[in-house]
Amino acid sequence: MDQATGKHVVLVEDELNIIEAIRFLLSRDGWRVDTHSNGADAAQIIRAARPDLVVLDVMLPGKSGFDVLAELRGDPELRHLPVLMLTARGQARDREMAEAAGVSRFMTKPFSNSEVLSAVRELVGA
Amino acid sequence: MAREGLTGSRIRERRSMAGMKQADLARKLGISASYLNLIEHNRRRIGGKLLLDIARELGAEPSMLTEGAEAALIAALREAATGAGLPANDLERADEFAGRFPAWAEVLAKSHARITSLERTVEALTDRLAHDPQLAASLHELLSTAAAIRSTAAILAKEKDISPEWRNRFHINIDTDSRRLAESSKALVGYLDADPADSAAASAPMDEVEAFLIDHNYAFEDIENQTASVQDLLQSPSLTSAAARHIAKGVLTQVVADAKALPLHRLDDAGPNPDPIALAARLTLPVDLVMRRLAARPDLGAGLVVCDRAGSLLFRKPAKGFVIPRYGAACALWPLFDALGQVGRVTRRRVQQLGRERAFFDCIAYASPQGAADYNTAPLLHATMLVLPRQDGGDTAPFDIGSSCRICPKSACAGRREPSILSDGL
Repeated sequence: MDQATGKHVVLVEDELNIIEAIRFLLSRDGWRVDTHSNGADAAQIIRAARPDLVVLDVMLPGKSGFDVLAELRGDPELRHLPVLMLTARGQARDREMAEAAGVSRFMTKPFSNSEVLSAVRELVGA
Repeated sequence: MAREGLTGSRIRERRSMAGMKQADLARKLGISASYLNLIEHNRRRIGGKLLLDIARELGAEPSMLTEGAEAALIAALREAATGAGLPANDLERADEFAGRFPAWAEVLAKSHARITSLERTVEALTDRLAHDPQLAASLHELLSTAAAIRSTAAILAKEKDISPEWRNRFHINIDTDSRRLAESSKALVGYLDADPADSAAASAPMDEVEAFLIDHNYAFEDIENQTASVQDLLQSPSLTSAAARHIAKGVLTQVVADAKALPLHRLDDAGPNPDPIALAARLTLPVDLVMRRLAARPDLGAGLVVCDRAGSLLFRKPAKGFVIPRYGAACALWPLFDALGQVGRVTRRRVQQLGRERAFFDCIAYASPQGAADYNTAPLLHATMLVLPRQDGGDTAPFDIGSSCRICPKSACAGRREPSILSDGL
């Protein structure tokens, strides 16, 4: 298995059990995983953590994933940071909004573990 | 080209409905049958005494013969025809159709309105996730829980060498999430299975309320005399959905409060040309209350429109000849919307509503804050416009306004939002 050894990911998600599952999965794949559950200060946390990748839920308390993404893209240093977005609503409108906000990849819940793994690996070129 | 003078067609229609022969009517009128024939085929203009005589013989109001079908009916027909892609020269003949076959035209216009309303229901249902926040939230919960279960279960099934602590933790997570999934799916089914009467509310509650108001001719004597309560009237069969009953309740509650504050008999001396400001000053009552009460007086034939700060029409009582759009936005030039710009200032303007018939009105508009005041907070507003029918344009040129852009012939209008479907605008 080609592991993403030592890469750093910040997972912003408010469903505790999804956090546990993804954290377990990515840790096993060799990632260093930080998690955060609030939209309001997510951009700040990400800016401070300087990860290789962000996995971002759309429905977050405090601030929506779209707004967090827009904040990241507004920062010249984070403009090219790979962001994988998760949403429970696979509607075309959500996808369009995410694409307009500059998302790198978009995934709808319920996703499969292998989908997530291959997406995050591709996004950091591992 | 305006298709004026269909008075003849209406006379012919009325005469045949009355089962009267052309020759018989001509004899009673003291004119030749061939002359009446020319009139009935719109080849001779008619007015004055002869028109009055014909109206008397046919038992009709002279205005019924000269004005014919309401402008609103014609507008509805034109809209139906445009929707069906009828060519412009057929479109031109909507009033002829309405003049000759009023009942059929009514059926067509009503069917068209029904179709429009049903189409909007379909639209609302198709994009239900966008329009129904409760459903969207419910589905989000369901999918999130499913995502957690799927991911956790896959780890348990596929990953080897999971420590007993983690294994145990994941089992507990699945157990919690599956119970949550069961609960939320049950709740979702309950929501979708709700009272079908409630889901009918998705059609157009405003339509039901309007039908209810028209049934009562916008007058509620029972409430005014306190011989009936708001609850009594809400039992009306026109109000089937909960949403419509809610809106109607708001309207009727206002009537009760208004009737208490200003009984109609106190306006008996207001005359045919009432001055809301003078009345408000004499009675020491708010101008918008006086305007609503004047509109409730059947003898004035006044219209009343109320909108909120977003320009949405909350209440519409048409005056004869004053066309208020059923769907979509009204003409941006209405004094009603001027009033929103200057709260507390009473605007009075002689207007001419452009359209099939040029009708004149005095529009008196006034906006007032709604709800309690708060520091540094712009108030929510309601603007009220009283529409008083007038015989002519007055001493100075009246201000031209429309109904809605689609049926407005005004060219080079800065307020135009979409092209007109009238032939001039095509």
